[in-house]
Amino acid sequence: MSVAEDQNTTQRPASGDVVVAAHDLTRRYGDGDTAVDALRGVSLDVRAGELVAVMGPSGSGKSTLMHILAGLDKPTTGTVEIAGTEITKLDDQELTKLRRTHIGFVFQFFNLLPMLDTEENIVLPLSIAGEKPDKAWLDELLDKTGLAKRRTHRPSELSGGEQQRVAISRALITRPTILFADEPTGNLDSKTGGEILDLIRDSVNAYGQTIVMVTHESRAAVIADRILFIADGLIVKELKGASTEDVLTVMSTLSS
Amino acid sequence: MTRVALKGLLGRKLRAILTAVAIVLGVAMISGTYVLTDTIKAAFGTVFTTVYKNTDAVISSKSVVLKNQSNSSNLPPSFPESLLAKVQKLPGVAEAEGGISDFAYLVGRDGKVISGHGAPPLAFSVHPHGDQHFNPLTLVSGTWASGPHQVDIDAHTASKDHYSVGQSIGVIARGPVEQFRIAGIVKIGGVSSLGGATMAIFDFPTAQRLFNKVGKLDAIDVAAKHGVTPTQLVREIAPILPRNAQVRTGTAQAKQATKDTNSFLSIINDFLLAFGGVALFVGAFVIANTLSITIAQRTRELATLRTLGATRRQVLRSVLLEAFVIGTFASVTGLFLGLALAKGLNSLFVSFGIDLPQAGTVFATRTIVVALLVGTLITVIAALRPAFRATRVPPISAVREGAVLPVSRFARFSAAAALTTIAGAIALMLVGLFVGGISTTDRLLAIGIGAAAIFLGVAMLAKTLVPPLASFLGWPATRLGGAAGALARGNAMRNPQRTASTASALMIGLALVTLVSVLASGLKTTFENSVNSLFKGDYALTATDNFSPISIASANALTKVPGVTVVSGVRAGDGKAYGKRIGVTGVAPDISKVITVKWYEGSQAVPGELGDSGAFVSKDYAKSHHLESGSSIDVLTPAGKTMHLRIKGIFSPPKGGSPYGDVTISTTRFDAEYQNPENVYTFVDMTGGVTPANTARLNAALKSFPEAKIASESQFKKNQEQGIDTLLNLLYVLLSLSIIISLFGIVNTLVLTVFERTRELGMLRAVGMTRRQVRRMIRYESIITALIGAALGIPVGIVLAVMVGQAIKYPAFTIPVGTLVVFVIAAVLAGIVAAIFPARRAGRLNVLAALQYE
Repeated sequence: MSVAEDQNTTQRPASGDVVVAAHDLTRRYGDGDTAVDALRGVSLDVRAGELVAVMGPSGSGKSTLMHILAGLDKPTTGTVEIAGTEITKLDDQELTKLRRTHIGFVFQFFNLLPMLDTEENIVLPLSIAGEKPDKAWLDELLDKTGLAKRRTHRPSELSGGEQQRVAISRALITRPTILFADEPTGNLDSKTGGEILDLIRDSVNAYGQTIVMVTHESRAAVIADRILFIADGLIVKELKGASTEDVLTVMSTLSS
Repeated sequence: MTRVALKGLLGRKLRAILTAVAIVLGVAMISGTYVLTDTIKAAFGTVFTTVYKNTDAVISSKSVVLKNQSNSSNLPPSFPESLLAKVQKLPGVAEAEGGISDFAYLVGRDGKVISGHGAPPLAFSVHPHGDQHFNPLTLVSGTWASGPHQVDIDAHTASKDHYSVGQSIGVIARGPVEQFRIAGIVKIGGVSSLGGATMAIFDFPTAQRLFNKVGKLDAIDVAAKHGVTPTQLVREIAPILPRNAQVRTGTAQAKQATKDTNSFLSIINDFLLAFGGVALFVGAFVIANTLSITIAQRTRELATLRTLGATRRQVLRSVLLEAFVIGTFASVTGLFLGLALAKGLNSLFVSFGIDLPQAGTVFATRTIVVALLVGTLITVIAALRPAFRATRVPPISAVREGAVLPVSRFARFSAAAALTTIAGAIALMLVGLFVGGISTTDRLLAIGIGAAAIFLGVAMLAKTLVPPLASFLGWPATRLGGAAGALARGNAMRNPQRTASTASALMIGLALVTLVSVLASGLKTTFENSVNSLFKGDYALTATDNFSPISIASANALTKVPGVTVVSGVRAGDGKAYGKRIGVTGVAPDISKVITVKWYEGSQAVPGELGDSGAFVSKDYAKSHHLESGSSIDVLTPAGKTMHLRIKGIFSPPKGGSPYGDVTISTTRFDAEYQNPENVYTFVDMTGGVTPANTARLNAALKSFPEAKIASESQFKKNQEQGIDTLLNLLYVLLSLSIIISLFGIVNTLVLTVFERTRELGMLRAVGMTRRQVRRMIRYESIITALIGAALGIPVGIVLAVMVGQAIKYPAFTIPVGTLVVFVIAAVLAGIVAAIFPARRAGRLNVLAALQYE
């Protein structure tokens, strides 16, 4: 049953393979008159080495979609496959194993553990899985994120941007099949946010990391290879290689 | 994960320490108890081994009716001195020496008895010109007492009351106080005193004279001839002994003496351990609550760990590991704090009149093992529920703002579960209290577990009770405290589970305090009622300590006082009838003039008609042995003689305690059968009744009897109740430990709450709340929580008292309203004290930082 055992974590899917596949997802909260349909039939594929942005106004269902894709929430109907495994039927234990091997997270509020220093936070997913970190990989990440001199600092001693860089390194350390980023710049000023976006783009370019990023900021979305626009629980538009103007145009039609 | 748990613990030092305090105190109580009793046991053991060092065999007097002499305060009857010569003639005996042991008070320069702090005033004989081969005593200074006017006293008394060789000191043996010259100062078995007991040592003939034991002996020390083993010696001696003498090897005698003291110490040990148990039980509540709050506050952190691949099992383990580390740390601290507490407990006992000998502190392996094991285990068990709740934190909480712990699946059954637990607990207690045919251990176990389960059930129910209670009890706060008061009440109600758990810890301590105070008050009322119905005389004559039997000579001294019409005492001793030990009392014909009892058969005239072979018995005793007027009954005396008695009457004792034993005979017969008759109390009638002049005259007559005192009826009642009050105070002090622990629980909750509401407090400050108002808000919340504890604890305590009272057939049930009001006031004060630290922290918050706090 263990997903981890079947998969060689160092072997990445070939570029272009479908690594996340969602079919006809619906999600209903509550029941009766107060029921809310957050998703009303969403299907999508994410291919290896791709950076996909999910955009939409508040309440559009973009967060719900990401939670379901990442196995944090279950759809009311529909299926999600990650690296060929149907995840909506997995129990807690199986999901946990899947997360260890295939999923990385970057959060809006960083979610670092305050009592651990930079390096400990970064290698935490490996510590939890009982694995030894790849020293060279760790050094490269520290180098790339400019945290080499901050190895022994606690989160409280780091700036917001630095904290998010630690969080991204933490997500990359396991070389996950798919990395989910939830409003990664939502809690940062625009300059720092720009640096983070560069880092995210760079990790796709340099390491072929597959990323799904939820955002409501157009400048964040434009770094994506593909942008999915969501409104009222449905994917209403898809753009490839879009400019900021393109994005703003679509968004303005959505919110009106 | 281990590192995360440990680092997390280090990152929350204050919380960890506050959590640990509960366990530290409980474990300290346990380790302190063991250290104290072990130390005392070791001291006694050394003393007894030294005392019987050179003795191969010891012949001692024993009571024929008692299995174990240490169960009685009455001295065993002496055996004839002629036995000594017979023993000396035995082929295996090299040397044998007779001795006297008895009780004699030492009287100080102020004419008052020198207190032995509850220990008996020991008296021994020595042979001043012998080789002191058998003598357990050693001279510190001076010489052995010799001749009719010399005494040796113990070094403890000598140093405490500044006596030295050559000075004069008073002694009371059988008669009035006599002055002796101090010939020497002695130690016994290498220590200056046996638990504070005073010692008076006389030469052998003087001892025989003083204690009316001419021609009698209490003990013979024997040394065997070369080549004869102590066991052979004992076998040789045994056949020639009278019924009321026994022989043991020196080693066996030392062991027996040690065993006797140890069984007494075991009672003290268990008694104190019970309070340690209560403290730990309360501590478990505090820990469970603190961890629950901490877990709730770490929801996002735990969820993040889950998204990073932590399994539920890893989360569970990390919380339990945290508890384990806190528990171990706390237990080790408690273990060593126990060493200090042992000294404290000892001074506590000394101040309540129980002074026990101590030598080097004994820190046994058992103490270490038990303290560490119990402390750690309790912490981990208390952590189980919060730990399982932590595993239920879903990973999605990592991305949700203000995520809260999911409600337990069983939450909606909680009230029903609480009521079921309470019902089960009460049933278990009732079994323990009322069902016959269970061993005492099982009985106590059932009562203990039942009581614990009642507390648990009420704590579970408390969640439901908190909103209405807080609303009601918080009402004055809203009046007095304005906005701060209203917020405090709201805060107390907004997380009912948390307030309930915090208050429950205090509830336990208050319930137990209420239990003992209600029982004590019932006991006093019952006792007073019975004295009111019994006491017909004007004065009572008792020992100065209110309970020891005193010499008949003191009563006799009162008969000569002008105006005295009746002096009639009650003698008491042991006996055996129908194969069981009974209490035998002796009364004079005129006792009916000073004591009234109800007669089931016969009348007030019965005591006057006893004669030589008449007896009267209590109704219960008569019923259980099918006795009626005219029946005969055989009673065995401690000396081994059987008294053939005929029942002349049956009395119904008042419920607060009978003035007479199971079987009562005439003083004439009593004094003929019992070696050392003494009165437990004596009543006096005087013309004119209780007047200052009469009191003065009686006191003047008692000048030579400082061990006795005179009291009017109301004084007598008050004096007798002193014992209850002393015990009550001791229980209060011991229970205060669990109350202190629950206070730490309140401090804990408030500190964590302040921490949790940082942003909210910042907002309140930003909109104009002053620091004082913030502090007041926290203080009121604390008081409301404490009052909820009282509102739960006092009724639970009363219910427990009703059950226990029914079980021990208490006739009077009185609620000591005044005392309970004091408890409520104490709870309020406790709430104020508990709030000091958290309120100060809350008041100090930097508004800007608090608003930005995430």
